[in-house]
Amino acid sequence: MSVVSKFAARDAGPTARMTGFVAHLRDNGLRLGVGETAVALDALTHVDAANPKDARYALKSVFSGSAEEAAQFDALFDSFWMNGGKVKTRVTPTLNPTENKNVHSSRHADAEGEDTSGSGDLSTPDDTGDGASNSDGEGKLVATDVSNLFKKDLRELVLPEDIAAAEKVAIRLGAALRDRRSRRRKAATKGDQIDFRRVIRKSIATGGDPIALPKRRRPERDLRITAICDVSGSMTVYSRIFLAFLAGLMRADTNSDAYLFHTRLVRITDALRDKDALRALSRLSLLAEGYGGGSEIAKSLDTFANTYARRFVNNRTVVMILSDGYDTDAPDGIADALARLKKRGCKVIWLNPLKGWDGYEPVTRAMASALPHLDIFSAANTLDDLAALEPELMRL
Amino acid sequence: MTWTTLQTAMAERGYIASGDLSMALHLSLSLGRPLLLEGAAGVGKTEVARVLASVQDTDLIRLQCYEGLDAAQAIYEWNYQRQLLAIRAASEDGETGKSVETRIFSDDFLLERPLLKAIRQPKAPVLLIDEIDRADEEFEAYLLEVLSDFQITIPELGTITATTRPHVILTANGTRDLSDALRRRCLYAHVPYPDLETELSILVSRCPDINDRLCAQVVGFVQALRKEPLEKTPGIAEMLDFAAALMGLGIADLTDDPAILQATLTTLLKTQSDQANITTEVAQRIAGKAA
Repeated sequence: MSVVSKFAARDAGPTARMTGFVAHLRDNGLRLGVGETAVALDALTHVDAANPKDARYALKSVFSGSAEEAAQFDALFDSFWMNGGKVKTRVTPTLNPTENKNVHSSRHADAEGEDTSGSGDLSTPDDTGDGASNSDGEGKLVATDVSNLFKKDLRELVLPEDIAAAEKVAIRLGAALRDRRSRRRKAATKGDQIDFRRVIRKSIATGGDPIALPKRRRPERDLRITAICDVSGSMTVYSRIFLAFLAGLMRADTNSDAYLFHTRLVRITDALRDKDALRALSRLSLLAEGYGGGSEIAKSLDTFANTYARRFVNNRTVVMILSDGYDTDAPDGIADALARLKKRGCKVIWLNPLKGWDGYEPVTRAMASALPHLDIFSAANTLDDLAALEPELMRL
Repeated sequence: MTWTTLQTAMAERGYIASGDLSMALHLSLSLGRPLLLEGAAGVGKTEVARVLASVQDTDLIRLQCYEGLDAAQAIYEWNYQRQLLAIRAASEDGETGKSVETRIFSDDFLLERPLLKAIRQPKAPVLLIDEIDRADEEFEAYLLEVLSDFQITIPELGTITATTRPHVILTANGTRDLSDALRRRCLYAHVPYPDLETELSILVSRCPDINDRLCAQVVGFVQALRKEPLEKTPGIAEMLDFAAALMGLGIADLTDDPAILQATLTTLLKTQSDQANITTEVAQRIAGKAA
């Protein structure tokens, strides 16, 4: 990580300097609000602020919030306060890519994706121009004979009828996903435990005789589905089913969330929620520029784990990855990204269309490194396959 | 009290704290902010709270978190059995209505759990919220509320405001990510495995009888062992057990007897595969380097 100093000699007084330091930390990826600046100034009044060691320890405990930030802090502190009087110009615009990762705004994160857009990154041979027509989804060796149709119109791929059918499947899957892990109990008419609190309340009415015995039970909570769909070249024939499924899912379940990726990750939830199914697809086509190109699974999952997952993924989320695991990147990143995702407490399901083939083994290195982090690894290349997942999801 | 005097006071009680940690504790005390301690299991996060309570000469109130921890376990619960008995007794004595109700929802029938107990102490206690990452997110959210207002509302009794503000220490070892909101509300210190010198002073302060040679060997051995690819890296408590085991067996030099070294490794290696991986040869190699 580059360390950019903004130490401004002209800053008058400790408050301005501290503000400058906080700005410097923010530039280097720490997420700090105005409140921390105030706490830091307060903290310095409790220590010998003129002593660099005291000040360093004090600011470290205020400004760092995780092990990585604590490790990074000393270098940042040195570069700002200890740069031996080297003065940079007042404001240095930084081109630090990590900056955006920490901004909690989908617009920012999208913008970040855009400047890295590698739509020309072709991993699939580009010989025949007519891959879309044979998109029926079963048993095609995709990577060899489907072209990269830049700016492919998704409307040709997904029909509104498909969406209606997919919606039904999505509703059933959503119903199958119930969080049964809660140990907290809630009042209920039928349950396995007596709710003493309410017994007491009710018994007052009957002069202390506990006649009515209200019960408590573990409530079932909805799990939220977050689907991440691979739309790279090798997945083109399956995209029709998956995109229809995503569209159905979005319409069936207002809590769910959808993304697609090829060489970058795009959030498509809002586009897919459009009331008009066809218009939703047009919006999707615009978002999916570069559709059918190479796939950078590791990078996309990593982006996801670092940005959207912080907001949308928690222990009640099922992350559903729809991809064939053919990565143009070095695949080692996939395991790391999945491990980071799992730390948020979510379940991870990987649906791989290739797994439906006879004799398929997850031998691609990407798939092999991902396997230990997956809760379900299953085949899915038709809507029926997706529907058949229901019993497996029930077990999650 | 400055942070260095706090550091010395803790050292007198057998806890060798690093600069960052003592500063974080000092600030947490003087700013009245909760302190979040993160680090691997066995680096002495929980011990920090115990020692701090002893330095402050106050009580330690501990809330061990687990999944499904709920308000009844963390804050308060009514003593339902007593309430039922009281209602029966009251109806036999002819006491009715309002007076029974006020009586059974009074302080006498309230079971204090750690959070409520902590804010009702006459002298500010140390409140240790251990392994917060094991509790679920609802509890974390509730905790945020308690930690910012230091007041708890009991519908039947009204709002109970803190008589004293407890010194709050939260520990986590990365079972799941904590919410940014919680992190922001806390001061933070990362507690790493101790370096060689710190660990030597920990061992000496805990086992004053140990001879210098064995002390250096034990610490060197454990430090080297932490660099091996283990499932469960031995913490400080394990190191102390290891030293105690060797001293109990009357060993003066680690390299003397491979069989005994291997036998005492059970104090350090806590999984089957770790025990299988650290064979006699590996242990001897590490011990040889440490000696």
